[in-house]
Amino acid sequence: MTAVRASRLRPSGLAQAAVFVVVLVVLPIAFPAQWLVNLFIFTAMFAGAAMAWNLIGGNAGYPALGNGGFFGVGAYAMAILTTHLGVGGGYWTFAWVIPIGIGTAIVFAPIGRLLLRTRAAVFAILTITLLFIGQTLAYNLASLTQGSLGITIPSPPFPPASYDQPFYYAMAALLALTVLFCWAVRNSKVGLALNAVRDDEDRARGLGVQTEMVKLFAFCSSAGLTAAFGAIWAYYVSFVFPGFAFDPILSLSVILFAFLGGVGSLWGPLVGALLIVPVQQYLAFRFGASHLYLIAYAAVFLIVIYLLPNGIVPSGRQYLTKVWRLRSGPTTPDAALLVSNVTARDSR
Amino acid sequence: MHLFAQSIIIGVLIGGVYALLASGMTMMFGVTRIINFAQAMFAIVCAYLSYSLFTHFGIDPFLSVAILMPVMFLFGYGVYSFLLRRLGKAGPAMALMVLFALGIGAQGVTDLVYGTNPITFTPSYANDSWVVFGFQIPAVRFFAFVMAVAVLGAFHLIRQHSKLGRALRATSQNPAAASLLGVDVQRMSAVATGLGFAAAGAAGPIYGLIFPFTGNSQYDLLSKLLTVMILGGLVSMPGVIIAAVFLGVVESVIAATLSPDWSSFSFLVALFIVLMVRPQGLFGGHRVQGALW
Repeated sequence: MTAVRASRLRPSGLAQAAVFVVVLVVLPIAFPAQWLVNLFIFTAMFAGAAMAWNLIGGNAGYPALGNGGFFGVGAYAMAILTTHLGVGGGYWTFAWVIPIGIGTAIVFAPIGRLLLRTRAAVFAILTITLLFIGQTLAYNLASLTQGSLGITIPSPPFPPASYDQPFYYAMAALLALTVLFCWAVRNSKVGLALNAVRDDEDRARGLGVQTEMVKLFAFCSSAGLTAAFGAIWAYYVSFVFPGFAFDPILSLSVILFAFLGGVGSLWGPLVGALLIVPVQQYLAFRFGASHLYLIAYAAVFLIVIYLLPNGIVPSGRQYLTKVWRLRSGPTTPDAALLVSNVTARDSR
Repeated sequence: MHLFAQSIIIGVLIGGVYALLASGMTMMFGVTRIINFAQAMFAIVCAYLSYSLFTHFGIDPFLSVAILMPVMFLFGYGVYSFLLRRLGKAGPAMALMVLFALGIGAQGVTDLVYGTNPITFTPSYANDSWVVFGFQIPAVRFFAFVMAVAVLGAFHLIRQHSKLGRALRATSQNPAAASLLGVDVQRMSAVATGLGFAAAGAAGPIYGLIFPFTGNSQYDLLSKLLTVMILGGLVSMPGVIIAAVFLGVVESVIAATLSPDWSSFSFLVALFIVLMVRPQGLFGGHRVQGALW
């Protein structure tokens, strides 16, 4: 309970949110160079996708490996809607992002119900299988997806000088929505129930927690948010191909960002993405696409798992707590104890 | 009808290779409760190594197995001792992601060294085949099957009729009791991981002989192996072997009668159907949910 109360709406939390929104809005105005805005777009996308993974992977503790599949579903939904049905165009296409997200969440509800009967390694296998099924369908349902040719989405008539700006603001808005959603989940009974599932699912069920419902909620909202990011991505790159849209590496990278920043914490996945995506994009921009990033991903992943198992955000908070406790001295032992309990719980 | 029977024969021969790879994963899973998400990639790494041995030193792919198996055993032993063992409480689910990351890193290395064009290697007997009762039997696939059966037989002998095998089985049945009776559980886990990797060392070169491969083929192969694991019930060696051969046949029959595009899809659909009807897999004794943790 303390963990929940400690992060309820407080002045410091509001200040964090305000700073975050201001930074999101100002960033492309302060740095309008196209390659930088492009970098911001991908950073926001991966940060949001990592936060979406955190709902099922961090809060509920289910090792989901299929989020690249939801991303692909969103991307293909966007491509098919805009080309076959001819809906949207220009700014109006962005209006489809939220319906695609909600639609994906609904479509995957029955599948999630089935998958969530399993746990741990079997759940990991089945989620990545979902990704492979999506990829195979994208290759083989040629009448709908044009198979291995991919679908080209007509580029919107945005002014060339600020072509990337609308996409950036769409990504940023969706990222802000994701942060708000994850914060609301963490501070609700659902968040508490998810943590109970993560800590001991059988006991939680024995105590009357609606484990099936909250797991399904985490799974579907994770799927829907990831699909929404995929939809904007498809519109931005204006070309979808089964191998790129349904990418197992995306599944691994969101997990990497979450673990680097701090799995289960609110800002952790965002911090993780902020640290890695710009570097990766910059290297790709400077040296062109190479296979080195696969090796680099694996190396960073192993370093994080073995040297920084709690992630940056929880470790940093623990450090600050320690400093604060030393400074406040023995006069307020209870408060210090309370805070250390909170961080100990938060950082699990 | 002839086509049908022919594709069953081809399917059984391929199923042997899948069975070898998947039984390596089962062996490792039984003792360590870790699913080796890198098995497919390590098999492909071995296919590349065997390709190099063949083109540079003229070593036959079937002979290179004798070199690759011990190397992979030591590699697996090391991976367990230095990486997986240290994960502690977070254990199996975390180890699965570590192995997945290792597989992706290994793909980065092979893409860098060998490029991303599909590789086929063609020893002199690559296109030989025999006709038996009107059915065509390709020599490469036949030798691959024989090889897979031989290695599986060796694994069976080790598991059932040696002191080491008894310790391995004891650890997989009850680690706490085994450790009380003097079995070094961590060492057995490392040995089981080594044996699992050695299976990849044996199957990699023959996989490379049968199929053109790139680093990216790992996902196709991985999805098949995972399906075989779940259908076979994760811990049951005979179950996994039967599931592998069964799925090899299904894949080959669908490729021959419907379309090759949908053959790998059949694996995945079979997986979901089985999961709906029998969550514990076709041969598993335990429920999937309870069997793990």
